[in-house]
Amino acid sequence: MKFMLMMNTPIGGDYQIMSWPKQDIEAHIAFMMDFSRQLAEAGELVGAEGLSSPSQAKLVRADRNGYPVTDGVFPESKEFLAGYWIVDVESAERAYAIAAAASLAPGVGGEPLFLNIEVREVMSAPPA
Amino acid sequence: MTSGFASGAQVGHLLRELAPQVLGAVLHRFRDLPACEDAVQDALLAATVQWPRDGWPDNPRGWLIQVALRRMTDQVRSAIARGRREAAIAADVSLVVAPDLYHEPALDPDDTLALLFMCCHPALTPTSAIALTLRAVGGLTTAEIARAFLVPEATMAQRISRAKQSIQASSIAFGLPESAERAERLGAVLSVLYLIFNEGYTASSGTELQRSDLANEAIRLARLLRELLPRDAEVAGLLALMLLTDARRDARTGPHGELVPLDEQDRSRWDRAAIAEGVALVSAALSRGSIGPYQLQAAIAAVHDEARHARDTDWPQILALYGVLLRMGDNPVVRLNHAIATAMVHGPAAGLELLAPLDADPRIRGSHRLDAVSAHLLERRGDRDAAIALYRSAATKTTSIPERNYLLMRAAREPPSRADSGQS
Repeated sequence: MKFMLMMNTPIGGDYQIMSWPKQDIEAHIAFMMDFSRQLAEAGELVGAEGLSSPSQAKLVRADRNGYPVTDGVFPESKEFLAGYWIVDVESAERAYAIAAAASLAPGVGGEPLFLNIEVREVMSAPPA
Repeated sequence: MTSGFASGAQVGHLLRELAPQVLGAVLHRFRDLPACEDAVQDALLAATVQWPRDGWPDNPRGWLIQVALRRMTDQVRSAIARGRREAAIAADVSLVVAPDLYHEPALDPDDTLALLFMCCHPALTPTSAIALTLRAVGGLTTAEIARAFLVPEATMAQRISRAKQSIQASSIAFGLPESAERAERLGAVLSVLYLIFNEGYTASSGTELQRSDLANEAIRLARLLRELLPRDAEVAGLLALMLLTDARRDARTGPHGELVPLDEQDRSRWDRAAIAEGVALVSAALSRGSIGPYQLQAAIAAVHDEARHARDTDWPQILALYGVLLRMGDNPVVRLNHAIATAMVHGPAAGLELLAPLDADPRIRGSHRLDAVSAHLLERRGDRDAAIALYRSAATKTTSIPERNYLLMRAAREPPSRADSGQS
């Protein structure tokens, strides 16, 4: 079973890595790298990507002629997607356990951030 | 026909050497790139199965060319049989009537060169040219190229197939360019090889800073090009630039994959043999007199590589070389590096003065590089708060994870204490 684990971080909340002390940033980066490596070593990692800063994001829709109209991200967004993992696991429970481990990523002073991880099962394609 | 046993790895290595020669020879007779490429792939596949089992053929290249030519002839015959004259028209019909297949075709280095010019044609987008060059000249499999660029194999297969089709559709000729456009076409080849190198050296996306296979492949292709054009100073310059940059590979990342900047690298881990080769190449090229941008960039890399410690770097010479490079063409990245060199020679304020006009240059305005360089110079001037703001701004703009991490750490690091500040 494949699941997408989405790491949503609040805008203007605790996840302001920019303002953390150096050793806390280091610990957080090391945690994330270890986390992906362990998933890969367990044979469960399908893919993972980190997304660039939401300040660089654009909302796009087509105008009447099909040309793109871009806009900045709406300021009322409270959370943004920082990155995701796709895992292939035996059960939904295993996916939740992985998500809970990611939720404990360390923040300021090494305290766990208790991040919200959205877990969604990936739909399978119909048999060919 | 056997002359000893062949291991799978030996066969793979030799096949990659031979692939462009074989494709060049087949294209020389049948001008249809998609069909020729398929035929050569079939021949390479047959070799990977048969050679380890039956031993080396006496003449591996001739063996491959014969198998590929036979495959092409079969295709043309069956096209004619199906009445598809247009499919056969591109081929030399006399070959079909009396195929001279058992006669060993002479190795013509110009065929390999023509193949390289074709794959790097300026009508192709850079991504297409890169993929096609790695496949047709580099002899990499589609799966290997897909892995190097972190895309699914089906996506890369489609990219390569579309590149071949656009060569066919634009009637790009197989042959060496006329002298009038030769410089431009060679420039396109050098640029594709350098893009492959940079993709390997500084992965443009993802968590790994370096994907060394691509850097190695670019160096291999640059060596091939240099064998084909031994007197071209810019070809030598490009190979030297790659070697002199790649020599720092091992020192460029820390134990956790983090980026280590040039002035903090452990220089004992630099590859002295690569540096010696690069320095010899660029010195010989520069002494010949037709100076170009690759030679100048290689010369700059050589000055860095020859300094045993960062503090020994001959910055006045680097500044002079960037000055020459700037006069050859207005390039914002060169301006950026020229400003850094100026700061090293004349102090950070002088460097910052040169950066100011780049804020108005749409080619680099708002890029993370401009912010990062400004931040470094502001930090050196002692303006820590302004530097932090720009390091953070650069961190939100870069799409490279190791680079973002480096910039975040730079913004967060403690300002040097009074006791340390005299040391550097």
